[in-house]
Amino acid sequence: MKAILRVLGLPALLVLAWWAYSASADNFYVPDPGRVAAAFAETWFGERLLDDALPSLGRLLAGYVVATAVGVGLGVPIGLSARLRATAEPVLEFFRAIPPPVLVPLIMLLAGIDDTMKVLVIVSGCVWPILLNTVEGVRALDGVLADTCRMYGISRRHLILRGASPQIMAGLRQALSVGIILMVISEMFASSSGLGFTIVLFQRGFQIAEMWSGILLLGLLGFALSTAFRWCERRILFWHWSNRA
Amino acid sequence: MLEVTGLRKVYGSREAVRDLTFSIDRGELVCVVGPSGCGKTTLLRCIAGLLPATAGTVSVAGVPVTGPPPDMAVVFQEYGRSLFPWMTVRQNVELPLKERKVAKERRERLVSESLAAVGLADVPGAYPWQLSGGMQQRVAIARAIAYEPRVLLMDEPFAAVDAQTRAELEDLILALWQRLGTTTLFVTHDIDEAVYLGQRVVVLSSSPTVVLEDLKIDLPAERDQLATRALPRFADLRGHVYAQIQKAKGVR
Repeated sequence: MKAILRVLGLPALLVLAWWAYSASADNFYVPDPGRVAAAFAETWFGERLLDDALPSLGRLLAGYVVATAVGVGLGVPIGLSARLRATAEPVLEFFRAIPPPVLVPLIMLLAGIDDTMKVLVIVSGCVWPILLNTVEGVRALDGVLADTCRMYGISRRHLILRGASPQIMAGLRQALSVGIILMVISEMFASSSGLGFTIVLFQRGFQIAEMWSGILLLGLLGFALSTAFRWCERRILFWHWSNRA
Repeated sequence: MLEVTGLRKVYGSREAVRDLTFSIDRGELVCVVGPSGCGKTTLLRCIAGLLPATAGTVSVAGVPVTGPPPDMAVVFQEYGRSLFPWMTVRQNVELPLKERKVAKERRERLVSESLAAVGLADVPGAYPWQLSGGMQQRVAIARAIAYEPRVLLMDEPFAAVDAQTRAELEDLILALWQRLGTTTLFVTHDIDEAVYLGQRVVVLSSSPTVVLEDLKIDLPAERDQLATRALPRFADLRGHVYAQIQKAKGVR
Protein backbone atom coordinates (compact mmCIF):
# COMPACT_ATOMS: atom_id res chain seq x y z
CA MET A 1 0.00 0.00 0.00
CA LYS A 2 2.78 2.37 0.97
CA ALA A 3 4.71 1.44 -2.15
CA ILE A 4 1.72 2.18 -4.38
CA LEU A 5 1.24 5.50 -2.65
CA ARG A 6 4.88 6.38 -3.20
CA VAL A 7 4.69 5.59 -6.92
CA LEU A 8 1.35 7.21 -7.64
CA GLY A 9 1.47 10.01 -5.09
CA LEU A 10 3.39 12.58 -7.11
CA PRO A 11 1.57 11.97 -10.42
CA ALA A 12 -1.74 12.34 -8.61
CA LEU A 13 -0.57 15.57 -7.04
CA LEU A 14 0.55 16.94 -10.41
CA VAL A 15 -2.77 16.10 -12.04
CA LEU A 16 -4.51 17.81 -9.13
CA ALA A 17 -2.39 20.93 -9.58
CA TRP A 18 -3.13 20.89 -13.32
CA TRP A 19 -6.80 20.57 -12.60
CA ALA A 20 -6.73 23.39 -10.04
CA TYR A 21 -4.93 25.66 -12.48
CA SER A 22 -7.19 24.91 -15.43
CA ALA A 23 -10.27 25.41 -13.25
CA SER A 24 -9.12 28.75 -11.88
CA ALA A 25 -7.37 30.23 -14.92
CA ASP A 26 -10.04 29.37 -17.45
CA ASN A 27 -7.37 29.40 -20.19
CA PHE A 28 -8.60 28.12 -23.55
CA TYR A 29 -5.19 26.56 -24.24
CA VAL A 30 -5.08 24.67 -20.95
CA PRO A 31 -8.09 22.36 -20.79
CA ASP A 32 -8.81 20.49 -17.58
CA PRO A 33 -7.56 16.92 -17.12
CA GLY A 34 -11.04 15.48 -17.53
CA ARG A 35 -11.43 16.93 -21.02
CA VAL A 36 -7.96 15.79 -22.04
CA ALA A 37 -8.70 12.30 -20.76
CA ALA A 38 -11.92 12.22 -22.72
CA ALA A 39 -10.12 13.48 -25.83
CA PHE A 40 -7.43 10.88 -25.25
CA ALA A 41 -9.91 8.03 -25.21
CA GLU A 42 -11.78 9.40 -28.19
CA THR A 43 -8.71 10.18 -30.28
CA TRP A 44 -6.42 7.28 -29.60
CA PHE A 45 -8.65 4.28 -28.91
CA GLY A 46 -9.52 3.87 -32.54
CA GLU A 47 -8.21 4.34 -36.02
CA ARG A 48 -5.55 6.80 -35.08
CA LEU A 49 -3.77 4.16 -33.09
CA LEU A 50 -3.35 2.12 -36.25
CA ASP A 51 -2.89 5.01 -38.67
CA ASP A 52 -0.60 7.23 -36.68
CA ALA A 53 0.80 5.67 -33.54
CA LEU A 54 1.83 2.33 -35.04
CA PRO A 55 3.60 3.74 -38.13
CA SER A 56 5.48 6.09 -35.83
CA LEU A 57 6.56 3.21 -33.64
CA GLY A 58 7.49 1.13 -36.67
CA ARG A 59 9.75 3.84 -38.01
CA LEU A 60 11.28 4.37 -34.59
CA LEU A 61 12.00 0.66 -34.32
CA ALA A 62 13.45 0.46 -37.84
CA GLY A 63 15.69 3.48 -37.25
CA TYR A 64 16.77 2.16 -33.88
CA VAL A 65 17.67 -1.26 -35.24
CA VAL A 66 19.63 0.18 -38.17
CA ALA A 67 21.44 2.60 -35.86
CA THR A 68 22.32 -0.27 -33.51
CA ALA A 69 23.69 -2.41 -36.33
CA VAL A 70 25.73 0.46 -37.78
CA GLY A 71 26.87 1.80 -34.40
CA VAL A 72 27.99 -1.52 -32.98
CA GLY A 73 29.28 -2.77 -36.34
CA LEU A 74 31.55 0.25 -36.77
CA GLY A 75 32.25 0.75 -33.09
CA VAL A 76 33.89 -2.64 -32.53
CA PRO A 77 36.65 -2.30 -35.17
CA ILE A 78 37.26 1.35 -34.26
CA GLY A 79 37.49 0.45 -30.57
CA LEU A 80 39.92 -2.37 -31.27
CA SER A 81 42.35 -0.38 -33.39
CA ALA A 82 44.19 2.59 -31.91
CA ARG A 83 45.16 3.76 -35.38
CA LEU A 84 41.62 3.66 -36.68
CA ARG A 85 40.50 5.53 -33.57
CA ALA A 86 43.02 8.31 -34.04
CA THR A 87 41.81 8.73 -37.64
CA ALA A 88 38.10 8.46 -37.02
CA GLU A 89 37.49 10.09 -33.68
CA PRO A 90 37.74 13.81 -34.59
CA VAL A 91 35.41 13.21 -37.52
CA LEU A 92 32.95 11.28 -35.38
CA GLU A 93 32.96 14.02 -32.76
CA PHE A 94 32.21 16.55 -35.49
CA PHE A 95 29.27 14.59 -36.86
CA ARG A 96 27.96 13.96 -33.42
CA ALA A 97 28.01 17.67 -32.68
CA ILE A 98 25.58 18.42 -35.54
CA PRO A 99 22.07 18.51 -34.07
CA PRO A 100 20.16 15.82 -36.02
CA PRO A 101 17.00 17.92 -36.56
CA VAL A 102 18.91 20.27 -38.86
CA LEU A 103 19.55 17.28 -41.09
CA VAL A 104 15.85 16.88 -41.76
CA PRO A 105 15.72 19.42 -44.64
CA LEU A 106 18.85 17.91 -46.15
CA ILE A 107 17.70 14.31 -45.83
CA MET A 108 14.36 15.38 -47.29
CA LEU A 109 16.15 16.62 -50.40
CA LEU A 110 18.28 13.51 -50.67
CA ALA A 111 15.83 10.80 -49.72
CA GLY A 112 12.44 12.31 -50.44
CA ILE A 113 9.65 12.71 -47.93
CA ASP A 114 8.52 9.15 -47.39
CA ASP A 115 9.31 6.67 -44.62
CA THR A 116 12.94 6.34 -45.69
CA MET A 117 13.53 9.97 -44.83
CA LYS A 118 12.01 9.60 -41.38
CA VAL A 119 13.93 6.45 -40.63
CA LEU A 120 17.15 8.08 -41.82
CA VAL A 121 16.56 11.05 -39.55
CA ILE A 122 16.16 8.68 -36.61
CA VAL A 123 19.28 6.75 -37.61
CA SER A 124 21.30 9.95 -38.02
CA GLY A 125 20.66 10.86 -34.41
CA CYS A 126 20.65 7.44 -32.75
CA VAL A 127 23.83 6.14 -34.28
CA TRP A 128 26.21 8.51 -32.45
CA PRO A 129 25.62 7.59 -28.83
CA ILE A 130 25.67 3.90 -29.80
CA LEU A 131 28.80 4.21 -31.91
CA LEU A 132 30.79 6.32 -29.46
CA ASN A 133 29.82 4.21 -26.46
CA THR A 134 30.71 1.02 -28.30
CA VAL A 135 34.11 2.45 -29.22
CA GLU A 136 34.70 3.42 -25.62
CA GLY A 137 33.46 0.09 -24.28
CA VAL A 138 35.64 -1.94 -26.63
CA ARG A 139 38.65 0.29 -26.04
CA ALA A 140 38.35 -0.10 -22.28
CA LEU A 141 37.98 -3.89 -22.26
CA ASP A 142 39.68 -5.37 -19.24
CA GLY A 143 43.35 -6.05 -19.92
CA VAL A 144 43.54 -8.99 -17.55
CA LEU A 145 40.56 -10.62 -19.20
CA ALA A 146 42.12 -10.02 -22.62
CA ASP A 147 45.36 -11.65 -21.41
CA THR A 148 43.31 -14.55 -20.07
CA CYS A 149 41.75 -15.02 -23.50
CA ARG A 150 45.13 -15.01 -25.21
CA MET A 151 46.63 -17.39 -22.68
CA TYR A 152 43.84 -19.93 -22.85
CA GLY A 153 43.25 -19.65 -26.57
CA ILE A 154 39.79 -18.19 -26.06
CA SER A 155 38.58 -16.36 -29.13
CA ARG A 156 37.92 -12.71 -28.54
CA ARG A 157 34.33 -12.87 -29.67
CA HIS A 158 33.59 -14.22 -26.18
CA LEU A 159 35.06 -11.09 -24.72
CA ILE A 160 34.33 -8.14 -26.97
CA LEU A 161 30.56 -7.80 -27.15
CA ARG A 162 29.83 -9.05 -23.64
CA GLY A 163 32.72 -7.11 -22.15
CA ALA A 164 31.63 -3.90 -23.84
CA SER A 165 27.93 -4.49 -23.26
CA PRO A 166 27.58 -2.17 -20.24
CA GLN A 167 28.76 0.78 -22.33
CA ILE A 168 26.83 -0.38 -25.39
CA MET A 169 23.66 -0.53 -23.30
CA ALA A 170 24.35 2.97 -21.98
CA GLY A 171 24.60 4.14 -25.59
CA LEU A 172 21.40 2.33 -26.51
CA ARG A 173 19.57 3.97 -23.64
CA GLN A 174 20.65 7.45 -24.77
CA ALA A 175 19.76 6.56 -28.34
CA LEU A 176 16.26 5.55 -27.32
CA SER A 177 15.37 8.99 -26.01
CA VAL A 178 17.08 10.67 -28.97
CA GLY A 179 15.10 8.35 -31.24
CA ILE A 180 11.74 9.31 -29.75
CA ILE A 181 12.52 13.00 -30.17
CA LEU A 182 13.56 12.51 -33.78
CA MET A 183 10.56 10.32 -34.51
CA VAL A 184 8.32 13.24 -33.62
CA ILE A 185 10.42 15.89 -35.33
CA SER A 186 10.69 13.94 -38.57
CA GLU A 187 6.91 13.74 -38.69
CA MET A 188 6.46 17.46 -38.25
CA PHE A 189 7.90 18.07 -41.71
CA ALA A 190 6.11 17.10 -44.91
CA SER A 191 4.21 14.26 -43.36
CA SER A 192 0.74 12.81 -43.59
CA SER A 193 0.74 10.44 -40.66
CA GLY A 194 2.41 9.84 -37.33
CA LEU A 195 2.25 11.21 -33.82
CA GLY A 196 4.25 14.35 -34.56
CA PHE A 197 2.08 15.08 -37.59
CA THR A 198 -1.13 14.54 -35.64
CA ILE A 199 -0.11 16.83 -32.80
CA VAL A 200 0.74 19.64 -35.21
CA LEU A 201 -2.53 19.00 -37.05
CA PHE A 202 -4.55 19.33 -33.84
CA GLN A 203 -2.69 22.45 -32.84
CA ARG A 204 -3.39 24.12 -36.18
CA GLY A 205 -7.04 23.13 -35.96
CA PHE A 206 -7.36 24.51 -32.40
CA GLN A 207 -8.29 21.04 -31.13
CA ILE A 208 -6.49 21.88 -27.95
CA ALA A 209 -7.60 18.95 -25.77
CA GLU A 210 -6.69 16.54 -28.57
CA MET A 211 -3.28 18.16 -28.95
CA TRP A 212 -2.69 17.72 -25.23
CA SER A 213 -3.75 14.11 -25.45
CA GLY A 214 -1.12 13.53 -28.14
CA ILE A 215 1.57 14.98 -25.93
CA LEU A 216 0.32 12.78 -23.11
CA LEU A 217 0.49 9.74 -25.38
CA LEU A 218 4.10 10.56 -26.29
CA GLY A 219 4.97 10.83 -22.63
CA LEU A 220 3.36 7.48 -21.88
CA LEU A 221 5.07 5.93 -24.89
CA GLY A 222 8.48 7.17 -23.80
CA PHE A 223 7.84 5.89 -20.30
CA ALA A 224 6.75 2.47 -21.54
CA LEU A 225 9.75 2.16 -23.86
CA SER A 226 12.24 3.11 -21.19
CA THR A 227 10.61 0.68 -18.75
CA ALA A 228 10.87 -2.08 -21.35
CA PHE A 229 14.46 -1.10 -22.02
CA ARG A 230 15.32 -1.21 -18.33
CA TRP A 231 13.77 -4.68 -18.15
CA CYS A 232 15.91 -5.97 -21.03
CA GLU A 233 18.99 -4.28 -19.67
CA ARG A 234 18.61 -5.95 -16.32
CA ARG A 235 18.49 -9.32 -18.02
CA ILE A 236 21.41 -8.69 -20.34
CA LEU A 237 23.65 -7.08 -17.72
CA PHE A 238 22.61 -9.27 -14.79
CA TRP A 239 26.29 -9.87 -14.06
CA HIS A 240 27.29 -6.22 -14.00
CA TRP A 241 27.96 -4.57 -10.66
CA SER A 242 25.14 -2.11 -11.22
CA ASN A 243 22.64 -5.00 -11.14
CA ARG A 244 24.02 -7.16 -8.38
CA ALA A 245 21.68 -7.43 -5.49
CA MET B 1 61.17 -27.76 -19.36
CA LEU B 2 61.24 -23.97 -19.09
CA GLU B 3 64.37 -22.06 -19.99
CA VAL B 4 64.93 -18.35 -19.71
CA THR B 5 68.16 -17.16 -21.31
CA GLY B 6 69.53 -13.63 -21.19
CA LEU B 7 66.08 -12.12 -20.99
CA ARG B 8 66.05 -8.34 -21.28
CA LYS B 9 63.14 -5.94 -21.48
CA VAL B 10 63.38 -2.21 -22.10
CA TYR B 11 60.35 0.08 -22.07
CA GLY B 12 61.28 3.17 -24.07
CA SER B 13 64.35 4.43 -22.22
CA ARG B 14 63.66 2.54 -19.01
CA GLU B 15 65.39 -0.77 -18.56
CA ALA B 16 63.04 -2.97 -16.55
CA VAL B 17 64.79 -6.32 -16.84
CA ARG B 18 68.52 -6.41 -17.55
CA ASP B 19 69.61 -10.02 -17.78
CA LEU B 20 67.75 -13.04 -16.48
CA THR B 21 68.87 -16.60 -16.96
CA PHE B 22 67.40 -19.57 -15.13
CA SER B 23 65.64 -22.80 -15.93
CA ILE B 24 63.05 -25.09 -14.46
CA ASP B 25 63.14 -28.85 -14.82
CA ARG B 26 60.13 -30.96 -15.60
CA GLY B 27 57.90 -31.30 -12.57
CA GLU B 28 59.69 -28.70 -10.48
CA LEU B 29 57.99 -25.99 -8.43
CA VAL B 30 60.16 -22.90 -8.48
CA CYS B 31 59.38 -19.62 -6.78
CA VAL B 32 60.62 -16.29 -8.05
CA VAL B 33 60.86 -13.66 -5.36
CA GLY B 34 62.02 -10.08 -5.52
CA PRO B 35 61.36 -6.63 -4.09
CA SER B 36 58.20 -4.90 -5.25
CA GLY B 37 58.58 -3.16 -8.58
CA CYS B 38 61.43 -5.44 -9.62
CA GLY B 39 59.88 -6.50 -12.87
CA LYS B 40 58.34 -9.77 -11.72
CA THR B 41 55.21 -9.19 -13.73
CA THR B 42 57.25 -8.16 -16.78
CA LEU B 43 59.22 -11.39 -16.46
CA LEU B 44 56.07 -13.45 -16.18
CA ARG B 45 54.42 -11.75 -19.15
CA CYS B 46 57.53 -12.36 -21.23
CA ILE B 47 57.57 -16.04 -20.27
CA ALA B 48 53.86 -16.33 -21.03
CA GLY B 49 54.42 -14.86 -24.47
CA LEU B 50 52.10 -11.94 -23.72
CA LEU B 51 54.95 -9.44 -24.04
CA PRO B 52 57.83 -9.59 -26.53
CA ALA B 53 61.26 -9.49 -24.91
CA THR B 54 63.82 -6.91 -26.05
CA ALA B 55 66.54 -9.54 -26.08
CA GLY B 56 67.07 -13.09 -24.91
CA THR B 57 64.84 -16.11 -25.28
CA VAL B 58 62.26 -18.12 -23.39
CA SER B 59 61.64 -21.68 -24.43
CA VAL B 60 59.25 -24.36 -23.26
CA ALA B 61 60.40 -27.94 -23.84
CA GLY B 62 62.91 -26.62 -26.35
CA VAL B 63 60.39 -24.59 -28.33
CA PRO B 64 60.98 -20.81 -28.30
CA VAL B 65 58.06 -18.78 -26.98
CA THR B 66 56.82 -16.19 -29.48
CA GLY B 67 53.20 -15.98 -28.35
CA PRO B 68 51.18 -17.65 -25.60
CA PRO B 69 52.16 -21.35 -25.82
CA PRO B 70 49.22 -23.74 -26.11
CA ASP B 71 50.40 -25.88 -23.21
CA MET B 72 50.85 -23.11 -20.67
CA ALA B 73 48.33 -21.79 -18.16
CA VAL B 74 48.49 -18.68 -16.01
CA VAL B 75 46.81 -17.81 -12.75
CA PHE B 76 46.71 -14.03 -12.51
CA GLN B 77 46.84 -11.95 -9.39
CA GLU B 78 43.63 -10.10 -10.24
CA TYR B 79 41.22 -12.99 -9.81
CA GLY B 80 38.26 -10.63 -9.96
CA ARG B 81 39.24 -9.58 -13.47
CA SER B 82 40.47 -12.83 -14.94
CA LEU B 83 37.14 -14.66 -14.72
CA PHE B 84 34.24 -13.91 -17.04
CA PRO B 85 31.59 -12.33 -14.82
CA TRP B 86 28.75 -13.34 -17.15
CA MET B 87 29.65 -17.00 -16.96
CA THR B 88 29.11 -19.42 -14.12
CA VAL B 89 32.00 -21.08 -12.32
CA ARG B 90 31.57 -24.18 -14.43
CA GLN B 91 31.36 -22.28 -17.71
CA ASN B 92 34.51 -20.36 -16.82
CA VAL B 93 36.47 -23.55 -16.22
CA GLU B 94 35.00 -25.19 -19.30
CA LEU B 95 35.48 -22.38 -21.82
CA PRO B 96 39.20 -22.94 -22.63
CA LEU B 97 38.49 -26.65 -23.14
CA LYS B 98 35.55 -25.86 -25.41
CA GLU B 99 37.68 -23.52 -27.45
CA ARG B 100 40.26 -26.24 -27.73
CA LYS B 101 37.53 -28.61 -28.94
CA VAL B 102 38.00 -31.18 -26.21
CA ALA B 103 35.29 -33.82 -26.56
CA LYS B 104 32.25 -33.18 -24.39
CA GLU B 105 32.56 -36.24 -22.20
CA ARG B 106 36.20 -35.66 -21.39
CA ARG B 107 35.56 -31.96 -20.94
CA GLU B 108 32.89 -32.56 -18.36
CA ARG B 109 35.05 -34.98 -16.49
CA LEU B 110 38.02 -32.57 -16.46
CA VAL B 111 35.84 -29.71 -15.25
CA SER B 112 34.22 -31.74 -12.49
CA GLU B 113 37.52 -33.17 -11.35
CA SER B 114 39.26 -29.80 -11.24
CA LEU B 115 36.41 -28.15 -9.40
CA ALA B 116 36.44 -31.00 -6.88
CA ALA B 117 40.22 -30.73 -6.57
CA VAL B 118 40.01 -27.08 -5.53
CA GLY B 119 37.08 -27.76 -3.20
CA LEU B 120 34.40 -26.09 -5.32
CA ALA B 121 32.38 -29.11 -6.39
CA ASP B 122 29.25 -27.70 -4.81
CA VAL B 123 29.06 -24.27 -6.49
CA PRO B 124 29.34 -24.92 -10.26
CA GLY B 125 26.27 -22.81 -11.01
CA ALA B 126 27.35 -19.74 -9.05
CA TYR B 127 28.75 -16.65 -10.72
CA PRO B 128 32.28 -15.60 -9.77
CA TRP B 129 31.12 -12.36 -8.19
CA GLN B 130 28.90 -14.29 -5.81
CA LEU B 131 32.00 -15.92 -4.32
CA SER B 132 34.65 -14.65 -1.91
CA GLY B 133 38.06 -13.61 -3.20
CA GLY B 134 39.70 -16.83 -2.14
CA MET B 135 37.02 -18.89 -3.83
CA GLN B 136 37.33 -16.87 -7.03
CA GLN B 137 41.03 -17.60 -7.08
CA ARG B 138 40.19 -21.28 -6.60
CA VAL B 139 38.05 -21.08 -9.73
CA ALA B 140 41.00 -19.60 -11.63
CA ILE B 141 43.21 -22.43 -10.32
CA ALA B 142 40.60 -25.00 -11.36
CA ARG B 143 40.53 -23.48 -14.83
CA ALA B 144 44.30 -23.70 -15.02
CA ILE B 145 44.52 -27.35 -13.99
CA ALA B 146 41.56 -28.42 -16.13
CA TYR B 147 43.56 -27.05 -19.05
CA GLU B 148 46.22 -29.68 -18.28
CA PRO B 149 49.18 -27.39 -18.96
CA ARG B 150 52.75 -28.57 -19.13
CA VAL B 151 53.83 -25.35 -17.46
CA LEU B 152 51.78 -23.46 -14.92
CA LEU B 153 52.61 -19.82 -14.20
CA MET B 154 51.30 -18.07 -11.14
CA ASP B 155 51.61 -14.31 -10.86
CA GLU B 156 51.37 -13.35 -7.18
CA PRO B 157 48.11 -15.26 -7.05
CA PHE B 158 47.52 -14.78 -3.34
CA ALA B 159 48.64 -11.18 -2.97
CA ALA B 160 45.06 -9.96 -2.70
CA VAL B 161 43.54 -12.48 -0.27
CA ASP B 162 43.58 -12.48 3.51
CA ALA B 163 46.26 -14.30 5.47
CA GLN B 164 44.20 -17.33 6.47
CA THR B 165 42.84 -17.89 2.98
CA ARG B 166 46.33 -17.46 1.72
CA ALA B 167 47.69 -20.28 3.87
CA GLU B 168 44.87 -22.55 2.69
CA LEU B 169 45.54 -21.72 -0.95
CA GLU B 170 49.29 -22.30 -0.52
CA ASP B 171 48.57 -25.77 0.76
CA LEU B 172 46.11 -26.31 -2.07
CA ILE B 173 48.82 -25.45 -4.60
CA LEU B 174 51.27 -27.81 -2.90
CA ALA B 175 48.73 -30.64 -2.81
CA LEU B 176 47.82 -30.15 -6.48
CA TRP B 177 51.44 -29.94 -7.50
CA GLN B 178 52.30 -33.12 -5.62
CA ARG B 179 49.38 -34.92 -7.21
CA LEU B 180 49.73 -33.65 -10.79
CA GLY B 181 53.45 -32.92 -10.96
CA THR B 182 52.90 -29.89 -13.18
CA THR B 183 56.01 -27.78 -13.78
CA THR B 184 55.19 -24.60 -11.89
CA LEU B 185 56.65 -21.12 -11.75
CA PHE B 186 55.30 -19.19 -8.81
CA VAL B 187 56.03 -15.47 -8.71
CA THR B 188 55.62 -13.70 -5.38
CA HIS B 189 56.92 -10.76 -3.38
CA ASP B 190 56.46 -12.71 -0.15
CA ILE B 191 59.70 -14.33 1.03
CA ASP B 192 57.97 -16.69 3.48
CA GLU B 193 55.63 -17.89 0.78
CA ALA B 194 58.49 -18.47 -1.65
CA VAL B 195 60.52 -20.50 0.82
CA TYR B 196 57.49 -22.42 2.03
CA LEU B 197 56.31 -23.43 -1.45
CA GLY B 198 59.42 -23.74 -3.57
CA GLN B 199 61.85 -26.51 -4.24
CA ARG B 200 64.02 -23.70 -5.44
CA VAL B 201 63.80 -19.96 -5.02
CA VAL B 202 65.13 -17.58 -7.66
CA VAL B 203 65.94 -14.27 -5.96
CA LEU B 204 65.70 -11.19 -8.16
CA SER B 205 67.32 -7.79 -7.67
CA SER B 206 65.38 -4.56 -7.93
CA SER B 207 64.93 -3.08 -11.40
CA PRO B 208 66.87 -3.29 -13.77
CA THR B 209 66.54 -6.89 -12.77
CA VAL B 210 69.18 -9.60 -12.62
CA VAL B 211 69.17 -12.97 -10.83
CA LEU B 212 70.86 -12.54 -7.44
CA GLU B 213 70.73 -16.14 -6.42
CA ASP B 214 69.23 -19.46 -7.41
CA LEU B 215 68.68 -21.10 -4.05
CA LYS B 216 67.83 -24.71 -3.42
CA ILE B 217 65.30 -25.13 -0.64
CA ASP B 218 66.45 -28.18 1.28
CA LEU B 219 63.38 -28.52 3.46
CA PRO B 220 61.50 -31.83 3.76
CA ALA B 221 59.23 -32.45 0.76
CA GLU B 222 56.13 -32.61 2.96
CA ARG B 223 55.38 -29.05 3.96
CA ASP B 224 53.15 -28.03 6.81
CA GLN B 225 52.08 -24.52 7.72
CA LEU B 226 53.08 -24.96 11.37
CA ALA B 227 55.80 -27.61 11.41
CA THR B 228 57.72 -26.43 8.34
CA ARG B 229 57.61 -22.79 9.31
CA ALA B 230 58.87 -23.71 12.79
CA LEU B 231 61.98 -25.46 11.47
CA PRO B 232 65.28 -23.70 12.17
CA ARG B 233 66.26 -24.34 8.56
CA PHE B 234 63.15 -22.48 7.39
CA ALA B 235 64.20 -19.48 9.44
CA ASP B 236 67.76 -19.70 8.03
CA LEU B 237 66.59 -19.79 4.43
CA ARG B 238 64.07 -17.08 5.00
CA GLY B 239 66.68 -14.88 6.68
CA HIS B 240 69.13 -15.55 3.90
CA VAL B 241 66.70 -14.52 1.14
CA TYR B 242 65.66 -11.49 3.16
CA ALA B 243 69.26 -10.38 3.54
CA GLN B 244 69.88 -10.83 -0.18
CA ILE B 245 66.93 -8.65 -1.08
CA GLN B 246 67.88 -5.99 1.46
CA LYS B 247 71.41 -5.96 0.09
CA ALA B 248 70.07 -5.60 -3.44
CA LYS B 249 68.02 -2.60 -2.38
CA GLY B 250 71.03 -1.04 -0.66
CA VAL B 251 73.26 -1.40 -3.71
CA ARG B 252 70.99 0.68 -5.89
